[in-house]
Amino acid sequence: MQQSNTYIITFSVILTVVLGLLLSGTSQVLGPKQKEAMALDNKKQILGALIPGEEIAVMTPEEVNSYYESRVSTIVVDINGKEVKERDGVAVTAETVDIAKNYKKPKEERLFPVYIYHAEGNPEDVANYVLPLYGAGLWNAIWGYIALDTDMNTVGGITLAHAGETPGLGARITEQEVQSRYVGKEIYDESGNLVAVEMQKGEGYDYSGSPHKVDGMSGATITAKGVNNMLENYLGYYQAYIETKKSSTTVAVL
Amino acid sequence: MSAETVEKAIAKKPAEALLSKRRKKLISDPLVDDNPVTIQVLGICSALAVTTQMKPTLVMAIAVIFVIVMSNFVISLMRNTVPGRVRIIVQLAVVATLVTLVNELLKAFAFDMYKELSVFVGLIITNCIVMGRLEAFAMGNKPYDSVLDGFGSALGYSWIILAVAFFRELFGSGSLFGLPIYDYISGLFGPDFTLATNGLMVSPVGAFMILGIIIWVQRTKTGYVEH
Repeated sequence: MQQSNTYIITFSVILTVVLGLLLSGTSQVLGPKQKEAMALDNKKQILGALIPGEEIAVMTPEEVNSYYESRVSTIVVDINGKEVKERDGVAVTAETVDIAKNYKKPKEERLFPVYIYHAEGNPEDVANYVLPLYGAGLWNAIWGYIALDTDMNTVGGITLAHAGETPGLGARITEQEVQSRYVGKEIYDESGNLVAVEMQKGEGYDYSGSPHKVDGMSGATITAKGVNNMLENYLGYYQAYIETKKSSTTVAVL
Repeated sequence: MSAETVEKAIAKKPAEALLSKRRKKLISDPLVDDNPVTIQVLGICSALAVTTQMKPTLVMAIAVIFVIVMSNFVISLMRNTVPGRVRIIVQLAVVATLVTLVNELLKAFAFDMYKELSVFVGLIITNCIVMGRLEAFAMGNKPYDSVLDGFGSALGYSWIILAVAFFRELFGSGSLFGLPIYDYISGLFGPDFTLATNGLMVSPVGAFMILGIIIWVQRTKTGYVEH
């Protein structure tokens, strides 16, 4: 059956409108729920750098939220380590900073959130400083959070996530076993230079004696390089902030 | 539409049973004798990609069942109004809409699954089984039959990818649905007894091998030969 061109065009237009309405309607209805899910996922990632993944896995969404609220407070700093409370007349909070969007700006203009993990209800009693990370893996974006102890040198934990690394190879950065390799490593060398932590090529070696090296992932060298660059870049961006915290703790010790 | 009245005129004979022999065959045929993966060799791409673990594979199977059944139903409803010259585009638009719906739902209600699967869920659009059933069946059959046909094909696809995932997760990661089976077994035989996992099974190569073995076993049993 051969239909006229008018029929075909009318049919296509109606179909497009109907499907378009259906999709935009769904996205409107589900939008708030999706935002909630994303915010929750973000909190889980931040907490993942601080407490074991198994503990987070058994928490309900409400427990994650209340735990996060009672134990984590946030500030936002700029590249010079100065706290930023508002920009262009708009109040700035860590929750409103989109790290992926900031990544595209020149680093002088970027906002850098800091998540401070402290004893319950007491923001003065700090246990860890958590810094976000963002960069490029082999196929797509990778990101994560690194927790530093109060000496601003020892890595307390790390979470890594990715958008499209190869399953079984680069995607292994999300595994607990890989992330636990970073715990206890140091980001400053003996002479006080920021050197970050570098994932090595090859797997199965013991780097427990070297504080700036972690065992690599076999078959995922490019993803590992991406993780290394990401760590180096972001620790560099936060260096000013890290040093202010560092010197204040040294003073406190003296 | 005028097309519906034509159909009613033909359907004067007594209504066919809800699950008549012919209709049961629509579901059972694609399970083994005319399996979309092992006989028609369609949908191989996702059968390799998602099957490293049971849990995402199960979600993928459910998503594919939903998309195939719904798209078969919708296309079958419109089959007499769809202009022949743009039918492939129309089918694609319907499938793409359904896939986007699945993705949005996962994002809202199962964010962890969404993170793991969103790439593959998007690829359901290109799954040849979906378009294949639309072209071969839904364009020429009534909605109810089309739903059964789609369900059968989707089940045929699902059990194959679940079977592949079973072996890949067991041998590759030593677990099933995340339960550490190898650890349990080692526990039974004392601390010196350990089972090594096979890294090959985690890579797509492992899926090729298992799929090949399944096809081999199946064709030996059914005696199916490609012409």
